[in-house]
Amino acid sequence: MTLLIRGGTVIDPSRDYERKADLLIERGKVADLGKISARKSWDVLEVPGCLVAPGFVDMHVHLREPGREDKETIASGCRAAVAAGFTGIMCMPNTDPVNDCEAVTRFILEKARKANLAHVYPAGAITKGSRGQQLAEIGEMVKAGAVAITDDGNPVENDQIMRRALEYSRIFNIPVVDHCENRDLAAGGCMNEGSVSTRLGIPGMSRAAEEMDVARDIVLGRITGGRVHIAHLSTRESLRWVRQAKAEGLAVTCEVTPHHFVLTDRDIGDYDTNCKMNPPLREPEDVEALLEGLADGAVDCIATDHAPHTALEKETTFEDAANGIIGMESAIPLAWEYLVRRRGLPHRRLVELFSVNPNRILELGRGTLEPGSIADITVIDPDREITLDVQHWKSKSRNSPFHGWTLHGAPVATLVRGRPVFRRQ
Amino acid sequence: MALSCKNLLGIGDLEVDDVRQIIETAGSFREVFARPIKKLPTLRGRSIINLFYEPSTRTRSSFEFAAKRLGADAINFSVSSSSVAKGESLIDTGLSLQAMSPDIIVIRHQHAGAPHLLARVCLQSHIVNGGDGMHEHPTQALLDLLTITDHKGEPKGRKVAIVGDISRSRVARSNALLLRKMGAEVWICGPPTMIPIDFHQYEVQITFQLEEALKSADVVMLLRVQKERLQDVLYPSVKEYFALFGLNKKKLRRARPDCIVMHPGPINRGVEIDPELADGEYSVILEQVTNGVAVRMAVLYLLLGGELA
Repeated sequence: MTLLIRGGTVIDPSRDYERKADLLIERGKVADLGKISARKSWDVLEVPGCLVAPGFVDMHVHLREPGREDKETIASGCRAAVAAGFTGIMCMPNTDPVNDCEAVTRFILEKARKANLAHVYPAGAITKGSRGQQLAEIGEMVKAGAVAITDDGNPVENDQIMRRALEYSRIFNIPVVDHCENRDLAAGGCMNEGSVSTRLGIPGMSRAAEEMDVARDIVLGRITGGRVHIAHLSTRESLRWVRQAKAEGLAVTCEVTPHHFVLTDRDIGDYDTNCKMNPPLREPEDVEALLEGLADGAVDCIATDHAPHTALEKETTFEDAANGIIGMESAIPLAWEYLVRRRGLPHRRLVELFSVNPNRILELGRGTLEPGSIADITVIDPDREITLDVQHWKSKSRNSPFHGWTLHGAPVATLVRGRPVFRRQ
Repeated sequence: MALSCKNLLGIGDLEVDDVRQIIETAGSFREVFARPIKKLPTLRGRSIINLFYEPSTRTRSSFEFAAKRLGADAINFSVSSSSVAKGESLIDTGLSLQAMSPDIIVIRHQHAGAPHLLARVCLQSHIVNGGDGMHEHPTQALLDLLTITDHKGEPKGRKVAIVGDISRSRVARSNALLLRKMGAEVWICGPPTMIPIDFHQYEVQITFQLEEALKSADVVMLLRVQKERLQDVLYPSVKEYFALFGLNKKKLRRARPDCIVMHPGPINRGVEIDPELADGEYSVILEQVTNGVAVRMAVLYLLLGGELA
């Protein structure tokens, strides 16, 4: 099949390419770029005024399968991903059973193959059962297709084990992704500790809980030479640590979620459980710091921490409610509205945050539109007004604080290996 | 005459006029307590549910008394004896209670915001917060205000010292809000481990020195310090807590000679207060209990429109 994507602006930061151009896809690969006259036998995708970018990757997604298929399955997660403009997603290992061995990794990839939509890149556990005691069989998981390791949600407490994980990961040159949360400091906390937690009477979680572990990981990264990736970084001080590490030339990267750069703890209002997540929503000065980091390169990528939960787990008191929100299907509109439209972020930078950098961190060998490369493509209409409606989302869950928001900028087409897997009408 | 709010979820729901009305009404209801027949027909035919997720003798009985003395039918739902213990969610419980058409639901819950959640489910009833987690306990603050008013008149300009575990205290939050609303000068005192971030937002003074808090105070309000908090490393020992923050007669000399000593109960004698003082001339602790019934009668009555049956 030959497909011409016609009338858009092609952005490929990997080659410093940004201009109005048609893009030709043959046999799943980018064949040509420029002013191209369509032949009769070709399919044509008209995308006037749209942005044509290398496929976006969300490197922080909870797919819940195996174990909690009532919340999300690999198939439903993949449907949500492509509808959200993502051609690839990295799924976290905190399923039941935990993805801590080759068999589970293979299971995930097999399900993803059957779904045949987005690429699924499994993250393996750092330790067996993510219990923080013994290293998991990382080599076997990598051989099966894992692209990173993490004990996301159950972060490795023991500093020596974290050190060993960072050392061991060097064999495979994969990043160690850490959900930074010092358990002693975070104990009992349900939201950011600050003025709002005091007023609401909700047990607070000190920002120090995150910052301590960010600092620890950087220190351990320095002595081990392992690659540290800080998941869902949320505080100003955490970002200061990362900046310092980068200035030193350490292999430290980080991601930020849309909810952490759009919302603050003020948005919890009267105990809105869709504003409960971990790390918690922070304060306005944190949001400001994250926005700066997203613009100037201190933040490497945007990832959603897509965390599906049933209504039952959210329709309860704030303290009892589950942590997390579904994030994929609101990610691009939020980023476009809050970064591009309101802060003037260059389009090219947005593509780096969503595509080039996650590809680089995970070494996926994509994130470019150079002729000959695999045609994973995200098409965005920057002027499209969209009202987010969880009832129409592809995820199995509905837990989003952004329901009903009207934003500008939306994914309108997603192509995986040259095949259109999503088209917004 | 009615309150300006539908529910009483927190002190923020009340305007100053609402507060004055509650205090006045409570004062007049209190006159009934001296009568041999302590029951009014005011809320006859009305029904009030006390939904208690936390063990509580004092507050539950107080609400029950209040409802019954106004002639209302009061039903107690407590966690250990209802379907709640079988895992029913708060929302489902709220919906089934709603189906019985209660006029008022009083809820006490170990989690902040539970009354707000109930209020979103039970739109036909008035919701009264009987204490939610570490958040608020508005009727406690109102009964404290009535007690202060009895002894000190207008609270405006009076110095009130609140001493103890402020972080985990819904009583401290509601009192700080209400006393500031009514113009009192509020001092907060306790070890820094028990004072939450930015308590200054309540426009109160904060000190770690008991002497400073007590100096020329009109009212000293002690909060219960839970001995089980020892594990949380909030203070090293009961002995040291009492030495630094416990109230005795000698320390109280710094306060005004006509000061009153309050405590929401239950008291930990020898932890936050010298036993002698708890029963002594300054103590108004038992008056608080009496006023609790009167204030709750006023709240129930005024929420239901403040009209005689």
